Amino acid sequence: MSAILSYEFMQNAILVGIMASIVCGVIGPFIVTRRMVFISGGLSHTAFGGLGIAYWLGIRPLFGAMAFVLTAAVLIGRQEEKRLSQNDLFIGILWAVGVAIGILFIHMTPGYAPDLMSFLFGNILTVPRADVLITLLLTLIVTGAVTIYYNGFVAIALDEEYARARRLPVAALKMGLMILTALSIVTLIQVVGILLVIALLTIPVAIASEFARNFRRIMLLSILCGILICLSGLMASYFIEFPSGASIILIGGALLGVVKGVKRVTNRRKTALP
Amino acid sequence: MENLIEIEHLTYGYQERAVLEDISLAIAPRDFTLLIGPNGGGKTTLLKLILGILTPWSGTIRFQGETGGRLGYVPQSARFNRTFPISVFDMVLTGCIRGDNYLSRHTREEEEKSGAILEKLALYGKRKDNITDLSGGQLQRVLIARALVSEPVSLFLDEPTTAMDITSQTDLLDLLAELQERMSIMVVTHDPTPYAQSYRHIACLNRRLYFHGRGELDSATLEKVYGCPVEILGHGIPHTLLAAHEEGERP
Repeated sequence: MSAILSYEFMQNAILVGIMASIVCGVIGPFIVTRRMVFISGGLSHTAFGGLGIAYWLGIRPLFGAMAFVLTAAVLIGRQEEKRLSQNDLFIGILWAVGVAIGILFIHMTPGYAPDLMSFLFGNILTVPRADVLITLLLTLIVTGAVTIYYNGFVAIALDEEYARARRLPVAALKMGLMILTALSIVTLIQVVGILLVIALLTIPVAIASEFARNFRRIMLLSILCGILICLSGLMASYFIEFPSGASIILIGGALLGVVKGVKRVTNRRKTALP
Repeated sequence: MENLIEIEHLTYGYQERAVLEDISLAIAPRDFTLLIGPNGGGKTTLLKLILGILTPWSGTIRFQGETGGRLGYVPQSARFNRTFPISVFDMVLTGCIRGDNYLSRHTREEEEKSGAILEKLALYGKRKDNITDLSGGQLQRVLIARALVSEPVSLFLDEPTTAMDITSQTDLLDLLAELQERMSIMVVTHDPTPYAQSYRHIACLNRRLYFHGRGELDSATLEKVYGCPVEILGHGIPHTLLAAHEEGERP
């Protein structure tokens, strides 16, 4: 085990896995309670456009992804504020256009794009040290902002209209949450890839919600669940040479299934007793 | 300004369609106003405009002193999204959050106040329960507790008796009578009967505001507001709710 830990790529992978779990646990419960799962899917797919352009320009892919996801987050946030309603039409269009831009620019870039698959499906084992530092920065920003604005974010997730009636800066809080979601997604893309990001934002929260019914506790448990899932997936990936992103998500999905199954059986037993 | 809240020539709508036209209304301190009218008549919308949840197309809403920051809101419990994982106590505590204090932690004083309100509304035993597990009537009381913990000067309740049985209704009416000692109250309802003895002003809303002021009103005018024959039963109270008035009459 200590031999594995001596590899730099393994250290990077573990660090990024833990940080990604923290981000998921901190932002995931807000995404689930505010029903922003579809928005998150849209945001993560628009990242593909940024990746394509970054490849074409020959700059660091993470920066391209970040620029695109942040822009999309601001656009969706403004659209929501203007119409005061959900706008899945607009999100769906951003989603597809983002992917299309990515495909186009990758097509225009000469030669084979080697890291492309790792961005689509994630490869935690190939995260370079520089990206570990960027991930650390993103994790600190997301966790710090949620800690400071916790009451405000809870207020808009619980009852947005009431928050408005209490004169909270609801529009700014919503935009802030949208931008934090974008930053989290950029962090997670490295771990599980564009296609699987939503799973990491939802599965740990779903498992945590089976055990805790208090928002703070759900956050904490989601973080722990995330770490468990990410590190198990990482080991599976290292030892059996499974793709890491898929391993992480499938372990998470299986864990959720087991938890739900066990709970159902124990509940049935409880009710069956006289 | 003698009134707590003065609304003048308020107009508002969704998309292109106006739901409220030229609404003028005043709320005095310790007033008890019933806001009645048919479904879709704009009752909840007017409440949301007064509370600042929606911004009017035109017209003004003026508040006396710091009243604007001290409005209590009790939304319809049936429409409340109760999927958020929060305990009764923490939910009531969120009532203390304001635009100027939401960055700080809850104070000991706020926690004590929340406890006291829960005690008063016979919810203290439920304080650790999740809001998902409450009955409709209990959730309604939690929503009232959340509004009261901020010590409002004006309280707005949207269909508060809908989820309640008769006993809870009576309790609510007693509570409102007590609260009226220190705040103005506005109740949105499609059924004014339970409040027949408490109200001081009544406003019939169907896109326009038809009436305002206690007295007696004939059923022909009510019919005009609701668009169909209406009967309001007094449950043994020997006077009718509303007085006659001409259309276009201003409060």
